[in-house]
Amino acid sequence: MMSLIIGIGAVLVLTIFYLIFKVGKLVSIAKGKQAYDVSKSNGIHATLFIVFLITGLGLFFWYSWTYFDKYTLPVASEHGAVTDTLFWISMVVVVAAFVIISIIMFVFLYQYQYREDRKAKFYPDNHYLELAWTVVPAIVLAVLIFTGLSAWQDITSPASKDAEVVELVAQQFAWTARYPGVKDEALGNYNFQLIDPINEFGLDLTDKNSFDDFKSLELHIPAGKEILLKIRAKDVLHSVFLPHFRVKMDAVPGMPTQFKFTATHTTKQMREKLGNPNFNYEMACTEICGRGHFSMKMPVVVHSPEEFEEWKKAQEAWLKQNPSYLDKVPAGLREAAMISAGIPLENAIASGVVGSQSVSVK
Amino acid sequence: MATTDIHVNTATHAHDDHSHDHGHEHHGNFWTNYIFSEDHKVIAKQFLITGIFWALIGGTLSVIFRLQLGFPDMNLEWLRPVLGGWITPEGKLDPEFYLALVTMHGTIMVFFVLTAGLSGTFSNFLIPLQIGARDMASGFMNMLSYWFFFVSSVIMFVSLFLQDGPAGGGWTIYPPLSALPQAIKGSGLGMTLWLVSMALFIASSLLGGINYISTIINIRTKGMSFTRMPLTVWAFFFTAIIGLLSFPVLFSAALLLIFDRSFGTSFFLSDIYIGGEALPNVGGSPILFQHLFWFLGHPEVYIVLLPALGLSSEIIATNARKPIFGYKAMIGSMLFIGILSFIVWAHHMFVTGMNPFLGSVFMLLTLIIAVPSAVKIFNYVTTLWQGNIKFTPAMLFSIGLVSFFLTGGITGIFLGNSAIDIQLHDTYFVVAHFHLVMGSASFFGMMAGVYHWFPKMFGRMMDNRLGYIHFWLTFVGVYLVFFPMHYIGIAGFPRRYYSWTNFETFSGFADLNMLVSGAAVITLTAQLIFIFNFFYSMWRGRVANANPWKSNTLEWTTPVNPGHGNWPGEIPNVYRWPYDYSKPGAKEDYIPQHIPYSETPESNLPHENELIKLESSGNDPIVVAKH
Repeated sequence: MMSLIIGIGAVLVLTIFYLIFKVGKLVSIAKGKQAYDVSKSNGIHATLFIVFLITGLGLFFWYSWTYFDKYTLPVASEHGAVTDTLFWISMVVVVAAFVIISIIMFVFLYQYQYREDRKAKFYPDNHYLELAWTVVPAIVLAVLIFTGLSAWQDITSPASKDAEVVELVAQQFAWTARYPGVKDEALGNYNFQLIDPINEFGLDLTDKNSFDDFKSLELHIPAGKEILLKIRAKDVLHSVFLPHFRVKMDAVPGMPTQFKFTATHTTKQMREKLGNPNFNYEMACTEICGRGHFSMKMPVVVHSPEEFEEWKKAQEAWLKQNPSYLDKVPAGLREAAMISAGIPLENAIASGVVGSQSVSVK
Repeated sequence: MATTDIHVNTATHAHDDHSHDHGHEHHGNFWTNYIFSEDHKVIAKQFLITGIFWALIGGTLSVIFRLQLGFPDMNLEWLRPVLGGWITPEGKLDPEFYLALVTMHGTIMVFFVLTAGLSGTFSNFLIPLQIGARDMASGFMNMLSYWFFFVSSVIMFVSLFLQDGPAGGGWTIYPPLSALPQAIKGSGLGMTLWLVSMALFIASSLLGGINYISTIINIRTKGMSFTRMPLTVWAFFFTAIIGLLSFPVLFSAALLLIFDRSFGTSFFLSDIYIGGEALPNVGGSPILFQHLFWFLGHPEVYIVLLPALGLSSEIIATNARKPIFGYKAMIGSMLFIGILSFIVWAHHMFVTGMNPFLGSVFMLLTLIIAVPSAVKIFNYVTTLWQGNIKFTPAMLFSIGLVSFFLTGGITGIFLGNSAIDIQLHDTYFVVAHFHLVMGSASFFGMMAGVYHWFPKMFGRMMDNRLGYIHFWLTFVGVYLVFFPMHYIGIAGFPRRYYSWTNFETFSGFADLNMLVSGAAVITLTAQLIFIFNFFYSMWRGRVANANPWKSNTLEWTTPVNPGHGNWPGEIPNVYRWPYDYSKPGAKEDYIPQHIPYSETPESNLPHENELIKLESSGNDPIVVAKH
């Protein structure tokens, strides 16, 4: 019933509009006004452009100034501070160009609106002028390009040897992190064909570096130390996005990617800086990956280096959490695997995972 | 040159005979006149009306997903009669359908509206009329071009109604998502139809493009040298060449993707574990697809934009009553943009894992493209300077185009800078950028073109007041929709998100998103005013005269309703460039291209007086003029 009333109302409104339009049309025909002459409203449009210019620029500056803290994210990485500076330098150049050209254009529209007693100036070209506005933007752009290029080269240069390596694995619709264990400080090999519901990394357990690798559903990183993210995807494209660290890199199935950065503020420091005790760093996915794309979140925690080492030590190796996978470890390495993964040998013998022979060798 | 000249003459005579036989009475039946017509003007109208249909669909899709983003708590139960099962039992939009909406909105707008609807309409309509030709080089190929587009449209339209929905992997259809039906429903039959439809679309584009190029090169009228062509024709010329070189690459990408999807190849697939099993594909590269896609995808931006810039150059010069400033610089900048458009594609891929060195190279090339773009804006502004500006609806839309081109274009300086792009890539900043510079600017160019050439298309005028209301609502609306997105993007909000509430970082801006969605609804509604005006004026508009805007180009020398063949008698010769507006000493403030210098001694410049001798020397068909 309600929708019927709304429907009838809409039809009535449309009919009224149509009648107004029709009457106006007939009146203008009766007056004998040629439809394609200079419109009587010519001056109105010229004025409206000025009104639009002033209102638009006013709103632009007002919002940009008043809500600055709302639309800018605090920065928490070393290269992020650099790219933010570049961003704001470009912003000054761009806004200056935008405002000046807009004002000139809209003022011209007003100033040179049609008047019967004036004739337009026949002014087909001016080579000096054209040369000037080819060269000036070229120089300004060259400066921006070279500052950008040097920043880009620093960001994408190889990571230092002692960088903290973390592997991020993307899948629909979750992130998993893999850390090299504290014993060997190296990530073990993986192979996508070894992936199964439990071995979600596709860990290759014939590689002894994999024994102490551990898994985390949160990204923990230290502040003040270079971090190298090794990124891969299991199914479709995803993209690592750490907004506060100005980090973004796609996760590509079949082609591991990486990104190195250094965090500058621990979670605690950032909470104090922002005066927000509930602040948390987050990681998002920024490459469309399917139904749950918008919910692909990973919490991020930044520790001080000492806290980070402690956190790492407290983690259980993946193999320890899934001891049944000791089967996949070559017999000769099982013991080393158990030591490395921190599995008590007695338990394993009791459960028969490790044969008494291999233990007796010891 | 000689062969060209012969061709000009024979073609002209052949058509002359034709028109003598038939006069301009309507011969043939309904089918040959309106459906399978080979008349470029009819084909242009077919493209236009199909384009308007698609624009409405594409716009409606965007409003539906904007409802989700702006009013996340709204109960969408009332859409169930239309969307059926895509409305969840809780009255919400299905997240997978949200992605399908985004995908189809992009595909429809970029290809079906702004490529076919804009370039298809105006290249077809204006090239023969403005260069003085009876029709396209091949009327039959031209007809085929429309019908390939039509079949492609039907297939794309049908895909909207599939049970699993249309393609949903984004308009860029990056594999593996688009290759694996187990990854998203839209990668099933919907994606197959998408690929088939696009293959036909590309065929249509190529048939059209070859025709535009050969028409412009071969059958210009006597005196219409390249340096006397209107900027519209130059723009269509470059657009067609860009399309001819880049669309086949998209075709190859689509073909390889079809192979990967259906025949077990691994061009783009490698190391995939999905749905509980490891796939056998090894050795492919998803990055390869991105390179192929953007090799078309970036030039596509200019395929969409250049015709709009061409149309607005013509309209601004006509309504400012001034020659376009820097005619040759305008051509030069379009040429330069056209060349550069082929070597900047990888700026869409800075953070896809591509070699960072390539990133540096593409950053350099990308920012260079800002220079010719800046030249164009400065030239537009200088054209307005000391003009005598008539604000027709077409002029207003052209000014809107320049404004959007400026506002949207300069944010490209951030995105083209790879270091800054790390943060901005795939955020709303990008959405704001390309919707203004490519979407809205081109759309405004298309609208300007419709308002300006409507009298030549249908012999009647569109209603001005409705045009003004349409312009102001749309102009303000577009700014309200896309300007706030810059802030949302700087705050890091990612694109293609169904909702942001999962993230603390992206929890704000409910207010701006509501504003954007509200403005989108109003902007779309305002387009209904245009639709009404368009169809009403087609039958009931005031009858136009032959040259309502007092314009210089050749199309205005045809009768009010030109028949097939365009000019009832001989095709007029051309003696001057198209921008002799407000020439000092002239009786009127415009001198059309077909008026010889010998008839305008009062306004001729010194070097033009010397050209008078050449005019009378008879059969020399092409006179090279210098300005």
